[in-house]
Amino acid sequence: MAYKRNVDRLPIIPADAKQHNVTCHYCIVGCGYKAYTWPVNKQGGTAPDQNAMGVDLSKQQPADSDAWYSPSMYNVVKQDGRDVNLVIKPDKDCVVNSGLGSVRGARIAENRRSDKTGTQQQRLEEPMIWRYGTWQPTSWADALDLVARVTARVIDKDNENDLFVSMFDHGGSAGGYENTWGTGKLYFGSMKVKHCRIHNRPAYNSEVHSTRDMGVDELNYNYEDYELTDTIFLIGANPLETQTNLFLNHMIPGIRNGAKVIVVDPRHTVTINAANIEAGKDNVLHLQINSGSDLALFNTLFTYIADQGWVDKEFIANSTFQGDVAQALDEGHPAALGGFDMARAECKMSLTDGAKICGVSEEDIKKAAEWIAKPKDDGSRRKCVTAYEKGIIWGNDNYRTIGALVNIGLATGNIGREGGGVCRLGGHQEGYMRPSDAHVGRPAPYIDQLLIAGQGKVHHIWANDHYKTTLNASAFKREYNRRTNMVKEAMDARAGATREELVEAIVAAIEAGGLFSVNVDIIHSQIGQAAHVILPAVESGEMNLTSMNGERRMRLVEKYMDGPGSAQPDCMIAAGIAQNLERVLREQGRNEYADQFKGYDWKSEEDAFMDGYHANTGKIVTYDRLRDMGNNGVQEPVVDFKDGKLVGTKRLYEDGKFTRHGREDKKALFCAGAWRGLQAPGKAAQRDNYRFLVNNGRSNINWQNWFLDKNNDFVADRFPYPFIQINPSDMAEFGLNPGDLVEIYNDVGATQAMVYPEPTARKNETFMLFGAPSGTQGNIVNAGVNELILPNYKQTWANIRKISDAPASVRGLSFKSFDYVAS
Amino acid sequence: QEAKAATNGALVDYPTARLANVKDLKPNEPLPIAYPDADAPGVLLKLGKAVEGGVGPEGDIVGFTTVCPHKGFPLAYNAESKTMNCPGHYSVFDCEAGGQQTWGQATQNLPQYMLRVDDKGDIYAEGVDELLYGRLSNVL
Repeated sequence: MAYKRNVDRLPIIPADAKQHNVTCHYCIVGCGYKAYTWPVNKQGGTAPDQNAMGVDLSKQQPADSDAWYSPSMYNVVKQDGRDVNLVIKPDKDCVVNSGLGSVRGARIAENRRSDKTGTQQQRLEEPMIWRYGTWQPTSWADALDLVARVTARVIDKDNENDLFVSMFDHGGSAGGYENTWGTGKLYFGSMKVKHCRIHNRPAYNSEVHSTRDMGVDELNYNYEDYELTDTIFLIGANPLETQTNLFLNHMIPGIRNGAKVIVVDPRHTVTINAANIEAGKDNVLHLQINSGSDLALFNTLFTYIADQGWVDKEFIANSTFQGDVAQALDEGHPAALGGFDMARAECKMSLTDGAKICGVSEEDIKKAAEWIAKPKDDGSRRKCVTAYEKGIIWGNDNYRTIGALVNIGLATGNIGREGGGVCRLGGHQEGYMRPSDAHVGRPAPYIDQLLIAGQGKVHHIWANDHYKTTLNASAFKREYNRRTNMVKEAMDARAGATREELVEAIVAAIEAGGLFSVNVDIIHSQIGQAAHVILPAVESGEMNLTSMNGERRMRLVEKYMDGPGSAQPDCMIAAGIAQNLERVLREQGRNEYADQFKGYDWKSEEDAFMDGYHANTGKIVTYDRLRDMGNNGVQEPVVDFKDGKLVGTKRLYEDGKFTRHGREDKKALFCAGAWRGLQAPGKAAQRDNYRFLVNNGRSNINWQNWFLDKNNDFVADRFPYPFIQINPSDMAEFGLNPGDLVEIYNDVGATQAMVYPEPTARKNETFMLFGAPSGTQGNIVNAGVNELILPNYKQTWANIRKISDAPASVRGLSFKSFDYVAS
Repeated sequence: QEAKAATNGALVDYPTARLANVKDLKPNEPLPIAYPDADAPGVLLKLGKAVEGGVGPEGDIVGFTTVCPHKGFPLAYNAESKTMNCPGHYSVFDCEAGGQQTWGQATQNLPQYMLRVDDKGDIYAEGVDELLYGRLSNVL
């Protein structure tokens, strides 16, 4: 049954409702919204002077109206302890989305915690400690004391290697400059924690090392560049689903302006369908390459473009390194970096070889090269904006593949110029401000494998859920459960003991191979089931929070509601841990070490912002100034405050000087990475031994918000289980019907998914939703990573068997094509 | 005598409106109608098999708004897939599955009419199961 709310009217926002700036915290695009709040006993009216929109609401509003909001944009929440009405609707004046709402962002209000409407009752309210065989609520003082006492037993001034930390590094959501600074100051300032990882990968590293090493920051353009370009070149990306309003509000206008579109993806996507509709098939090129062959394609394009002389000689001469090798290949650099000619020689690949490896025609590769690089008839540069994402970031040979793509942008002078840019599209927004992580080293330690191998004694987790999103997840969960259960059993055995006795019992279990797990999150996550202490955090809207989007646009999301219970901003929780560590260490006479934990006297998240972002970026940006900039914010780096406004940077490298690598000459480097097949260990063997490619990724409806949508009726009704798209002829061979549940299994584990027929899927090539609460795709991803510990989720192969007919919960579902068809 | 204020109901009072007769419907051909008033366009469909919310002798007659619940663009019926498709932002709603959004940007499934067929085959609408785009009350 399709879920229906049966809401036939909504309260009207009164003219005097409070307004708050909101940037959607789910994906990197960061669409502008406005949050309106007003007392529950008041309402606006239909007359223009009675409502916040200033229009006559007794009339039907037209398409694209700013004066309509859906039931999902409404809720009743607490503000300063009182119930208030809340509407969060898209902001027409925000240049990012121009009033468009995505299927995620337009449900922000519905996904706020409400005592009245019952939404998000899953949110954590109080700290909890594992006691008497379950989790029991307690005070912050009690919980933080236990965290500090156990942690203090395993760390020392000169060795903090037994403390493992999993911490988000992003913006939006619960991240942001405040919270990355809070956690960063604790683990990289007060401590020098080496054994740490980021929310979506098993190490503390960049996802795009090579572009940075080449001098090119991965977010270098302006979204407007899509509207000004001649060609949009998309690789391993599906922006209609995962950067929706970037696609709808910037790429589509560009396409309608005549831009051609090239999409490199082993899979047909709704992005390709929409591009076909808007541009006409003659102006869209889908390079449906063999999974993992992107590097061969890019090297072929680079070779062909150079051979044709379609390079920007002046740009190469003025803005790139002149010489052979600037950075030799070594353990930290999986390819040598240097001059154009050196890279061209090393990357050389013929059309014939490239076409064969990629499984596409030579003609199509030539056509792509022309669309990317062939100068116009008047000799002027063809503008091409290049965007990539997880298809290659979490794909084969990460370092060389991204480097090879940036090579093309550099060779054609398409970086730092209008209508250009070579950028990742991104997942979360960004919001990184931390002391140096240089002590972590490169390659960074492979944290999940170390935990499986028995290392680590205390684990602090900040909004990470390895159980749902890591690779080699079957092994990880098995071992993590075993080790944390050892501590739970020890705690159970000492029920009623004093704090000192309890700490001794925990430490004894740790020394015997156990692991003490502290989980900071907004919900009780899957890995949180293994935790011994749970600390509740607030998220966007429940605190003031700053982040930047995929074109470096920084905004302040204003606090518009209370957090649940006693939940706190992560930065304040980090401060609490620091203060408790200082106290405990001092009690133990470890005064010199205790002194390292000073400096957390923040009264609010704004203090953390001033201590972190403000103090470390030229002391220009403040909350007041950002608030005045509204939902359009300012693009980083912020360079000045003039005439009452923050002054930012529209696009990077417009002066032709490349700085991301920190080289004094400011010359970009080319990447000399030859094709070498599937690079990560175990991938080629898996491909040879299992029938189905299990490509994997996200879907529009639950991308970046599934943690909140687990119990959202609208979302759960659509996909109660993760789907696996399979070609109908493969389905017939296995006797599968839509909605049937299949087990997907290989040499490393097994998982399950719901069958969704997909006629455009190639035979033996499936696509499974990633990150589902029920059906962890990572169970079947092997532990093999690319150099520098970059996980390789995309190249996964497995077999499939039916385990169940379609369960009752999916029988009414739509199993039709996702593709819009013009009538 | 003291004047008594009328008590407001908890629900919007929907008009009962005769939209068509079953004889007016041809299989898989949308019949344009409007409900609950002339400013709210929609369609009746005879889908040829019993479906969610379907009425009539075969349980196959359904009605939906044709205003997309995302940004209010006019939906077009695709007879091959039996879906309502939005040219604005590519959303697709499945008429055989209660208007479930197969894929798209809307945060609600497609508003469907609550229909009744009387002995003469007249089809009446008596309510809508989601808020219609462009109005904060389904009945203005």
